Amino acid sequence: MFKQSKLVSVLAVAGMALFGAQAAQAQVVKVDGSSTVYPITEAVAEEFQKAKKNAIKVTVGISGTGGGFKKFCRGEIDIANASRPILKKEMDACKEAGIEYIELPVAFDALTVVMNPKNTFLKELTVEQLKAIWEPAAQGKITRWNQVNPAWPDAPIKLFGAGADSGTFDYFTEAVVGKAKSSRGDYTASEDDNVLVQGVSRDVNAIGYFGYAYYAENTGKLKAVPIVEKAGKPAVLPSEDSVIKGTYQPLSRPIFIYINPKSLEKAEVREFIDFYMKNASKLTKEVKYVPLPAKAYTVNMEHVEKKKKGTVFGGTAEVGITIEELQKREAKL
Amino acid sequence: MQPLTTEQIRAVIARGKLKDTIFKALGLFCLSIGLLVIVALIVDMFIKGSERFTLDFFMNFASRRATQAGILSAWVGSLLVMLVTALAAVPLGVAAGLYLEEYAKRNWLTHIIEVNISNLAAVPSIVYGLLALGIFVYQFGFGQSILSAGLTLALLILPIIIVATREAIRAIPAMIREGSMAVGATRWQTCRYHIIPYAMPGILTGVIIGLARAIGETAPIITIGALTFIAFLPPVPFTGEPPAGLFEWVMSPFTVMPIQIFNWTSRPDPAFEVNAAAAGFVLMVMVLSMNAVAIYLRYKMRKNIKW
Repeated sequence: MFKQSKLVSVLAVAGMALFGAQAAQAQVVKVDGSSTVYPITEAVAEEFQKAKKNAIKVTVGISGTGGGFKKFCRGEIDIANASRPILKKEMDACKEAGIEYIELPVAFDALTVVMNPKNTFLKELTVEQLKAIWEPAAQGKITRWNQVNPAWPDAPIKLFGAGADSGTFDYFTEAVVGKAKSSRGDYTASEDDNVLVQGVSRDVNAIGYFGYAYYAENTGKLKAVPIVEKAGKPAVLPSEDSVIKGTYQPLSRPIFIYINPKSLEKAEVREFIDFYMKNASKLTKEVKYVPLPAKAYTVNMEHVEKKKKGTVFGGTAEVGITIEELQKREAKL
Repeated sequence: MQPLTTEQIRAVIARGKLKDTIFKALGLFCLSIGLLVIVALIVDMFIKGSERFTLDFFMNFASRRATQAGILSAWVGSLLVMLVTALAAVPLGVAAGLYLEEYAKRNWLTHIIEVNISNLAAVPSIVYGLLALGIFVYQFGFGQSILSAGLTLALLILPIIIVATREAIRAIPAMIREGSMAVGATRWQTCRYHIIPYAMPGILTGVIIGLARAIGETAPIITIGALTFIAFLPPVPFTGEPPAGLFEWVMSPFTVMPIQIFNWTSRPDPAFEVNAAAAGFVLMVMVLSMNAVAIYLRYKMRKNIKW
């Protein structure tokens, strides 16, 4: 037995060295990137493979928006999932490697600020109050609710939020504090949103933030906090309606897929994208995201058809963009 | 000093016996804590996941709907990765252990090597993952494949196999070697016909315990970039068109059980917790049955050794 296994392993190594490279060329569509976009792409991939009777294989990984762009710019994957637009340094990395991209918005997400359902004093939060709670200067200083608003009780503030590697963290800090990645550090941070759900559901004085889907699946344990963008504006709850109307600001954000135009020459990638755009509206809703208007997906298809490369965001992080605005920009590309 | 009366002697004995009983109870208590925790864990996962134990769960691919999601690609991936791991780690580990025990001279160099093998066994698994990402995935160009994962885990369990091999060889009495050499056998013949067969039960135990550890590893596999959604199987090993087709499976993308469980626990929909519990139970059964096989083989092979 021992002798045989040795022989086999020698053969295996030799075989791999010789033929490994060719063996990898099956009909596979490779997608990787953001965990926020993952549920949508996964749903599309599942339905696509069913529709094609498994003749075309699709793989979807989770390595974060940044991790996904790294792989994308090395040419390892066909499609990158991204919960924010491509940034300047990622554009440079792609340029250096000679890799271009077609940017397609696929849905909207509402970052949701949640509280414990037993919380009686929080009726709404203004962006200014959120900033006072979350900015780096608040660290160790703003620790009780009555420090934010004297009308609120003298109770400790318990904070739960996204980990520093996630696109959610980047977006929330940009939208609330005004600078990406600028946040206080003394809160419970986790990349696993279920940890945050559990944390807030167990503490009356806690608030936290994460993607809308986690709130929507846990409405029994959590309550969303209405957000006031500016003084004088009404408090708005996250919902499909408020995202579409553009009133849930500044915490609604578009999410994207980026396609390598070279991959589009492969029939299987092209078919996958066609399927994605045709079914995105239905599947997006099913996994608790807000779909774009039907028009947006046809515009996306035109961009793919004409291979319109590049981004409409210019490599900077932007907050508070509405669906309407996004569509206007996409049309100009 | 006055001699002790019978009464006093009895008292001393009784005191000694009392301490004995206390220690016994304490020992039993410690043992039962460990056992209870693991039993509670398994029972808990079994109860939570019980509604998913259907054939469909084992034969379905991952899905966005919890009730339809299964572990097919995960358990197949785990088994194939283990196959590569065993094929790579067993010959290397056994040969290294054999060399160190039977061939290597006792000098400072072997001493350093020995110390470092023990050190390697203590290296956190994520470090192996980083190493493998640089070497297997990019340098050798194996990509995010079964091959990369198998070799990474092989590195991880290599020290375990080497140490087990050495322990097993060391347990063989010196007279066996001397007897073999005395009738004119070379060192290799002695190893081939005596040392390796006699050490086999111990080596196998080490191999299987190593594999049981490898099957539950998550960090290094995530580091090299195993996939989360994959709804197809690699080609069946050794069936493709030779010569290239035979090894197509090792280059295939894959997922493994711990990653599937990890993915399910981090989903928004709480229904996936049931899937995670069920998959966790299946993984526990896989590990425990591997250990059971190790015990059985050791028992079986020891019976055949006649010294």
